[in-house]
Amino acid sequence: MKERVKILVIIVSLPILLYILSLTKLQKYIPNLIEGSIVTLKVSVLGLILFFIMSFLAGIARGHFKGVTKWIAIIYIETFRGTSLLVILFWFFFVLPEFGILLSPIAAGVLGLGLNYGAYGAEVVRGAIRSVTKGQKEAAIALNMTPNKYLRRIVVPQIFVITIPGLTNLAMELIKGTSLVAGITIGELTFAAMKLNGIFFQPIEVFGIALLFYYFFAQFVRLVSSYLEDRFSVHLNKEV
Amino acid sequence: MDWDWELTTEVIIPRIIEASWVTIYVTIISFVLSLIGGIIFMILKTSKSKIISILSTEFIELIRSTPLLIQIFFIFFGLPKFGITLTPVVSGIIAFSLYNSTLCAEVYRSGLNAIPRGQWEACTALNLSYTRSFFRIIFPQMLVPIIPALGNFLVAIFKETPILSFVAVAEIMHVAKLIGYEYYEFTEAITTVGILFILLSLISAKLISMTETYVRKSVIHE
Repeated sequence: MKERVKILVIIVSLPILLYILSLTKLQKYIPNLIEGSIVTLKVSVLGLILFFIMSFLAGIARGHFKGVTKWIAIIYIETFRGTSLLVILFWFFFVLPEFGILLSPIAAGVLGLGLNYGAYGAEVVRGAIRSVTKGQKEAAIALNMTPNKYLRRIVVPQIFVITIPGLTNLAMELIKGTSLVAGITIGELTFAAMKLNGIFFQPIEVFGIALLFYYFFAQFVRLVSSYLEDRFSVHLNKEV
Repeated sequence: MDWDWELTTEVIIPRIIEASWVTIYVTIISFVLSLIGGIIFMILKTSKSKIISILSTEFIELIRSTPLLIQIFFIFFGLPKFGITLTPVVSGIIAFSLYNSTLCAEVYRSGLNAIPRGQWEACTALNLSYTRSFFRIIFPQMLVPIIPALGNFLVAIFKETPILSFVAVAEIMHVAKLIGYEYYEFTEAITTVGILFILLSLISAKLISMTETYVRKSVIHE
């Protein structure tokens, strides 16, 4: 309940803040920054979808399966965790065309963000899979469940709740990471701020407003996730 | 696609090795500063005064939920307005240290919470002052179990350094981009940087896990 109020406060306070800003002499920055933040939102949402898919796919592949599937997941996870996000973004943007894959900046940004943080998320999911007690696996074997059924009916419903805090942290990292896609010519919030700073040279105001925007996005995600966590873990806290 | 080996060995590798010194010294200085800053933030956060504790918690939250890139821009472009002109490298180091010390503070706090209450009570019984009991009794004990977690920050900072290419610091990524523009061979330059990053982070991950086993075995006697 408390989270819902906070989410509402966050949602309401952003327009109020924008309105107050539009009354001051800072109003000339607002249209560009809003335009940029819409692109940021687009990249974040698409990136978050890819991030969730990749972290569950790779995490389950590494934590549950054996053989080739597991090794593919390990190579993917170690490669993307080992490199820096910016290197990955540049690689997707500048090097993939050499292989005949020409990605639009947005596609390269979304792929880079989703795959990079998906590798970190996979480790969270793998940790959650390991936390499922051994007795449950033995019970599943005793009940003659196939490994796939065990995964689908026993593991996934449990890890879904456990992974929420870990994945939320990474989701916030991803939203912050969207500022780096400015480097591959996407006109998002950071890019808009850089441009405005180039024109007016008012760095404190421009970057300060941009910082506030990012702060609101991140807080929104954090509150939504803590609401979701409360919601999905009701059965865990139930008094017996 | 054809890989230009001559360019790789003659131009890219020497220039990237040269540039990696910048990366390495930025990483190490930021790491040391964030370790120190982490202690300060932790002390502020666990302070008995409610105002200081709330203010520092909110400040940490603000730093943690905003992108590092904008913080660097804010420091690099914004501080000259107050008469403080910094070079790109210095503003990068400040931003990295500030950002990572807020994260370090959480790690320190988890270490502090793991110290049994009895240790504090024993300090009170021995009539040690707060500062003395913290730095001589509590701090050394809490440091040992969190060494691996702190080691991870070294790798994290190392992976954040390419951000400095936005403010034209000649670190690895920036040099790779420059080589790309000079010879129009992005493939070799950026791939080499990527491989260098993978190698260095695999090595440092190995080193961290070795430290962890060493600490577990010889210091905590687990």
